[in-house]
Amino acid sequence: MIRLLTLLSLLCLGANTAIAADSSAKPDGARLYAQRCSACHGTDGSGGVGVPLALPAFLSGVDDAYLRNTVRLGRPGRVMPAFTKLSDAEVDAIVTHIRSWPGQNRPETLSQERIAGNVARGKTLYKDHCASCHGANGEGGHGTGVTLSRPRNAPILAPALNNPGFLAAASDALIKTTLMQGREGTPMLSFLKQGLKERDINDIVAYVRAFEQLPSPPSARVLESESPVMVRESPYTIERTVEKVRAAVGAANMRLIRVQTLDQGFVEESKENHQQIIVYSCDFNFLNEALKVDPRVGLFLPCRITVVQQAGKVLVMSINPKRLSRIFNNAELNEMCEQMHQVYLNILEEVVL
Amino acid sequence: MSGIRLLALLFLLGLNHVAASEELLMSRIARPFPEAMSNLQDIIRAKGYVVSRVQRVDVGLTASGFKTAEYRIVFFGKPSEIHDLSVAHPELIPYIPLTIVVFAEGDDTLILTTDPLKLGEFFNKPDLLKRFDVWERDVRAIFDEVTHTP
Repeated sequence: MIRLLTLLSLLCLGANTAIAADSSAKPDGARLYAQRCSACHGTDGSGGVGVPLALPAFLSGVDDAYLRNTVRLGRPGRVMPAFTKLSDAEVDAIVTHIRSWPGQNRPETLSQERIAGNVARGKTLYKDHCASCHGANGEGGHGTGVTLSRPRNAPILAPALNNPGFLAAASDALIKTTLMQGREGTPMLSFLKQGLKERDINDIVAYVRAFEQLPSPPSARVLESESPVMVRESPYTIERTVEKVRAAVGAANMRLIRVQTLDQGFVEESKENHQQIIVYSCDFNFLNEALKVDPRVGLFLPCRITVVQQAGKVLVMSINPKRLSRIFNNAELNEMCEQMHQVYLNILEEVVL
Repeated sequence: MSGIRLLALLFLLGLNHVAASEELLMSRIARPFPEAMSNLQDIIRAKGYVVSRVQRVDVGLTASGFKTAEYRIVFFGKPSEIHDLSVAHPELIPYIPLTIVVFAEGDDTLILTTDPLKLGEFFNKPDLLKRFDVWERDVRAIFDEVTHTP
């Protein structure tokens, strides 16, 4: 037994050594960017689902620490995921690739020191100068940038300043620099040019930093739920249960798309298993609204209720949208996930009533 | 700690690098939607999977009066796996077959799916974890190939 475990351990150590040796090779930043970032931020950083990174004013205003921390920590509830599995070398390689884009004046490393300011005065100034774009409580602009159903009408969404990911990534000096210089090519203007003094800007920075002392905002919330599947046992035959699902879907104002076996398309029609039935449906109004918020929601389309007969039981099942909320990391979908959870729940209850 | 326990721990530590999972896999294809869609299905089939259906979400939306870019969902799987897994683990049925969402963004096409390893957090059973691991490797290979096809 000991010999066997020794052998297995040596094999694992060998595998890990090979992995370590492989990871010691310099990571390819361009390839990593293409794999992890370009889907949202565009091949050339021009943006898409995610914000445009290639704005010279943006890249000239943030230091490498901000970029690294943003990759590492993401923005909870604001789509940008935390890339916790990338090595430090891989994160550095992505940052180096972003730094290779033209037009930027790479800033010096910014101080990590806190900037002293009057929070109460900063609150008033924030309300007058920042809240219209960044939200009354720093919750940022709505949506995920580009959507399917409307054209891009703004180069960038106002960041959520109260987001724990932003506050951890951005130093006071970075926030101050942004306020003083603005961001050319975005609606963010230089506050100095608007007549504010450096003292005013310090007070706003202090107020934004004070968001850290508050509980995590709703815009950074991820829904918690226990089970990925909602299941009810039906007292009816499978045929009767499917009929009741069809009726319940209609009662929920959803359009019936189709009723099929699970293995339809995988086996010949005569060999399909009619003990596993899926009822597909859709509320196109709801879908259109959801796609506006986040074009990725199609992952769980169309809406489906599964009816299965097994071991003498008829089960009615659906996914649990609340459990899936965290996959999208988009707090603006939370309400919709809760709505869909309730719709599915109502259908299941109606069917087994 | 006994020698056996220490070695067992080393063994487990050696394996844990395969346990972590990402939430979504997403890629950008630098070619228009029709070409990307066709190429994606060819690659899925070349990996030994059957494309059972393509859901035309954009058609449904347009028919309902909404404006949208091309938006489709590709359902795929292996017949034997669909059969065996659905019998052994009926609770998994709401999550199969596998799907890839495909939608147009300007001249590019975006594809995305849930990382199959994520299912391991939902259904943590040894035989399923092995299957999810295989799916994850296959899906990553599909994404890599369709993204880099010249």
